[in-house]
Amino acid sequence: MSILVDKNTRLLVQGITGREGTFHTEQMVAYGTPVVAGVTPGRAGQEVAGVPVFDTVQKAVDETGANTSIIYVPARFAPDAILEAADAGIGLIVCITEGIPVLDMIPVKRYLDTTGTRLIGPNCPGLTTPDEAKVGIIPGYIHKRGPVGLVSRSGTLTYEVVWELTTRDIGQSTVVGIGGDPVPGSNFIDVLNLFQNDAETEAIVMIGEIGGTDEEEAAKFIAENVTKPVFSFIAGRTAPPGKRMGHAGAIISGGTGTAASKIAALEAAGARVAGHPGQVAEFVAETLS
Amino acid sequence: MKLQEYQSKRLFAQFGVPIPDGDVATTPAEAREVAARLGGTVVVKSQVLVGGRGKAGGVKLAKSADEAGRVADQILGMDIKGLTVHKVLIDQAADIADEIYLGAVMDRAARRVALMASAAGGMDIEEVAATTPEKIITVRIDPAVGFQDYQARQLAFGIGLAKELVRPFTTIAHQLFDCFLSSDATLAEINPLVVTGDNKLLAVDGKVVLDDSALFRHPDLAALRDADEETEAETEARRHGLSYVDLDGEIGCMVNGAGLAMATMDVIKLYGAEPANFLDIGGGAQADKVAAALRIILADPKVKAVLFNIFGGITRCDEVAKGILEAFEQIDTDVPMVTRLVGTNQEEGRAILAGAQMATANSLAEGAQKAVAAARGNL
Repeated sequence: MSILVDKNTRLLVQGITGREGTFHTEQMVAYGTPVVAGVTPGRAGQEVAGVPVFDTVQKAVDETGANTSIIYVPARFAPDAILEAADAGIGLIVCITEGIPVLDMIPVKRYLDTTGTRLIGPNCPGLTTPDEAKVGIIPGYIHKRGPVGLVSRSGTLTYEVVWELTTRDIGQSTVVGIGGDPVPGSNFIDVLNLFQNDAETEAIVMIGEIGGTDEEEAAKFIAENVTKPVFSFIAGRTAPPGKRMGHAGAIISGGTGTAASKIAALEAAGARVAGHPGQVAEFVAETLS
Repeated sequence: MKLQEYQSKRLFAQFGVPIPDGDVATTPAEAREVAARLGGTVVVKSQVLVGGRGKAGGVKLAKSADEAGRVADQILGMDIKGLTVHKVLIDQAADIADEIYLGAVMDRAARRVALMASAAGGMDIEEVAATTPEKIITVRIDPAVGFQDYQARQLAFGIGLAKELVRPFTTIAHQLFDCFLSSDATLAEINPLVVTGDNKLLAVDGKVVLDDSALFRHPDLAALRDADEETEAETEARRHGLSYVDLDGEIGCMVNGAGLAMATMDVIKLYGAEPANFLDIGGGAQADKVAAALRIILADPKVKAVLFNIFGGITRCDEVAKGILEAFEQIDTDVPMVTRLVGTNQEEGRAILAGAQMATANSLAEGAQKAVAAARGNL
């Protein structure tokens, strides 16, 4: 088992004819991901990496049975793309796009709550179920299939930890990047819950960072609901308050969002928090062996 | 992006929020002129983007135009928490009977905009939240229906506002919320919102933080950016599309990805040194961007060693390596450097740097240890 995506995923790529969309479609197809359709308005009839392009998501869903969508369109068009996918009945939407205004995401998230659509991202690297489906931009070769479920707010820091696991011969069930925006479609709790209920996942790695209180909320959830061992790393112990550290959501403001607060909450919930990314993999190795 | 107090209040005024009469001055003479025009007692307020200006002596009353000039002379050029005061705001002094707080803020946990009010105006709202959270009344706005009058009344009655002030308060709350939405703010607060001696409401101080991701549709607001509030390096970095924050340590770092950049800083600290900066070159950076990033790092005299930590995905290690060499052609430096290149085209990247006599590392921990040793002359 795994969560969210697998070999039965039927993936649709929104913005498939753009530079990023084309490049990553080729990468996803090469990985073996079942990519069944692409959408770029006005480009119906074309093909990208052997994948047929449609004008609308509805048409693509009707013709190909797509059930998952990945979005590579620019920030100002991304909220529209998310809503189009939701309205076409897509159950899982993954939005890679960075830089969507926060006030545009609030009504989108509100709407998705009414349709029951799951959104991963925006501003995320996507997700991978090793050997089955790579939906996003995480380099495929760093993965190995196995018992660790990983959820992260970061991009390349996710690669770092996955790589540390893989080089220790520890595989992953599914790796999920939920993104670094202030209003994410899915949060840690959503994904922790899926891992807790996934039979293949034996241990969970949660990579957080400064800003907001999602890690603290997740800690509460872990204490009450998660029976599997949880390992964590929180980036930004050395980050100064009041400065945005790259990600729109990575900012300590008014005393909330500090690494210290998140680490304390997670440790109190029984999670083991590492001092550096490599140490997370060391901890997992100790526990699983 | 943060707005200065005077910019925030002018923005509020565009939506109808009452603010004191006043103007900005950059010299004591200008301050005197403004004060003479306003007449009576004025307040001279330093315009810097930090809290605690009053405690630092950056806000003072003046009873005459001459006094306003003298006070402005003291405040202009003053250093407040590391920032130099270049501007003062001269406002007509308000007749203060009471002070309350009103703010609109992005509530991340609720994924809604929240409006908050408190009877403890003039105090730092975070301090109120920490010590007496029951004094803060919060309502959250459903984007499907918007801000409703009953919610404004909840705030007004919740903080014990006099009956005759509830209606004007409701009006101001709507104006502030409209301002928040129309400006793509993540914070818009009036603190204090003053109840004057003749029972009117007046926004005496204000603070606005704008969503950087939305500035593309607000060129007028983007133009308000105050270059005085950024270090030269931060301005230069923004020009090149680099995410950069100046810090106090001695190890310069260049990383792809914000999370990994923070983790790199943390690991440097773990091995006993301090990072000199946060620097994320972003995804897919080309050589010229890398070269610009390295120039910015090396321009910082605090930097005693540089650590490159690149985990290639969209970013290609060979492009990063080319950028490093490109920078070396432009700058003569003897600062020791450690490179850790992993991922897409790592072999090509390492080959390009083979002749550059830089220490290399396979893992982040190893790279950080070597960089710390290098900064101490031990590599």
